[in-house]
Amino acid sequence: MSEPIPSIVPEDRWPELTHDDLTRYSRQLLLAEIGIEGQRKLKGAKVLIVGTGGLGAPLALYLAAAGVGTIGLVDFDSVDVSNLHRQIIHGTRDVGRPKVASAKDRIRALNPLVNVVTYNEPLSSENALDIIREYDVVADGTDNYPTRYLVNDACVLLGKPNVYGSVFQFEGQASVFYAKHGPCYRCLYREPPPPGLVPSCAEGGVLGILPGVIGTIQANEVIKLLVGGGDPLTGRLLLYDAWKMKFRELKLESDPDCPICGKHPTITKLIDYEQFCGIKSHRDETPVESITATELKRRFDAGIPVQVIDLREPHERAYFKFPNAKVIPLGQVIRRKDELDPAVDTVFVCKIGQRSILAVRNLREAGYPGKMMNLLDGVQGWINEVDPNAKQI
Amino acid sequence: MSVSVLIPSALRAFVDRKSEIEAEGATVGEALAHVAAQYPDLKHQIYEDDAKLRGFVNVFVDGTNIKKLNGLETPVAAGATVMIVPAIAGGY
Repeated sequence: MSEPIPSIVPEDRWPELTHDDLTRYSRQLLLAEIGIEGQRKLKGAKVLIVGTGGLGAPLALYLAAAGVGTIGLVDFDSVDVSNLHRQIIHGTRDVGRPKVASAKDRIRALNPLVNVVTYNEPLSSENALDIIREYDVVADGTDNYPTRYLVNDACVLLGKPNVYGSVFQFEGQASVFYAKHGPCYRCLYREPPPPGLVPSCAEGGVLGILPGVIGTIQANEVIKLLVGGGDPLTGRLLLYDAWKMKFRELKLESDPDCPICGKHPTITKLIDYEQFCGIKSHRDETPVESITATELKRRFDAGIPVQVIDLREPHERAYFKFPNAKVIPLGQVIRRKDELDPAVDTVFVCKIGQRSILAVRNLREAGYPGKMMNLLDGVQGWINEVDPNAKQI
Repeated sequence: MSVSVLIPSALRAFVDRKSEIEAEGATVGEALAHVAAQYPDLKHQIYEDDAKLRGFVNVFVDGTNIKKLNGLETPVAAGATVMIVPAIAGGY
């Protein structure tokens, strides 16, 4: 249990409710914990949702439905058809449109009483403080580490709560990072994984319902911060496993040595988050050599010896069986490195050419001496260049 | 001493898709080393070097972060649950 936090919406921003408000929110007004006063706080509240994707979709829909007066949406992306299995705020007819425009239309259709402010741009160190300053609460629905650290730091510097959620495959995490009342994201995760170490959702996949559950939990936490009261998710990390249907809760504490919210902060303004997350650095000095699908095909045809290792999982190979390949899933390459012949060039193959780079680096660090290459753009590259009649995935 | 090490989705590819592994050890470090010895691919994911976990990996013993206890030296009782909780970033 966490200590209740009083409403963060200042009293001079509690507008009177109209007849329309009273009718629309009648079922919510019946709750003693919300009532007329709580609804006035919601009406005066301003919430910024960073990312209008899997987490942002339920966040925006439930907060709009509940009568949050102003909702800000930050996203620079456009709707893609592969988003629709989870980003339920967008529809098939929205494919190709900016996500913030599509989301705004859907919110207005749901509740025209809500004021929607859109930012069709990436959140950056240049604009984050100016944008976030205008809002009472920030809900983090982003999909990458640089933006997560940026949102955290901007919220700590401005004294705002950061309602956090993240998802991968079947598992989600949620918490409220609010340095005034508990730990921040950096207290828990001092640094991000090195680039490429952890597969992205684009490679690892995600159950569409999962961000629905986690984003809805985030919306619930936002409502409590706005209305005040309840047991907020500050100082607690909620873990959810959709496949096992299991919730767990872990206790989090502020880190006195935290570089931004600790006793002696070393971060006092926003930094370059791409650099912090290693995306611009050259952690791995030796680049990984690539081979194109066309060149690999030429070697096959010319009978030049090459060992091809397919790193994909069994269910991925069901889409497309890579020719002349030995199968070693990424998670087993170090354990099974003795199955490779260092005297022969090795080409690693995955779906889009990310895990293959990781495999080369992992094996290099594990001491494998042979020559290794990454198939550029993975199976996708092979289909595009060599085998266009294969089924696209 | 036998403890349960819980493996999150993000790391299951490195442990033959297991979600829970029984491990032997008197401390968190020994239990994790026991698992890492069986699965060197997992070891590479979570360890910076032989003695240090990576900064995006937290380990909780029976619900408490080992940073608040004695780190990898934290003793574990038989039947304890050691949970690996890495950062995940997906939201889209």
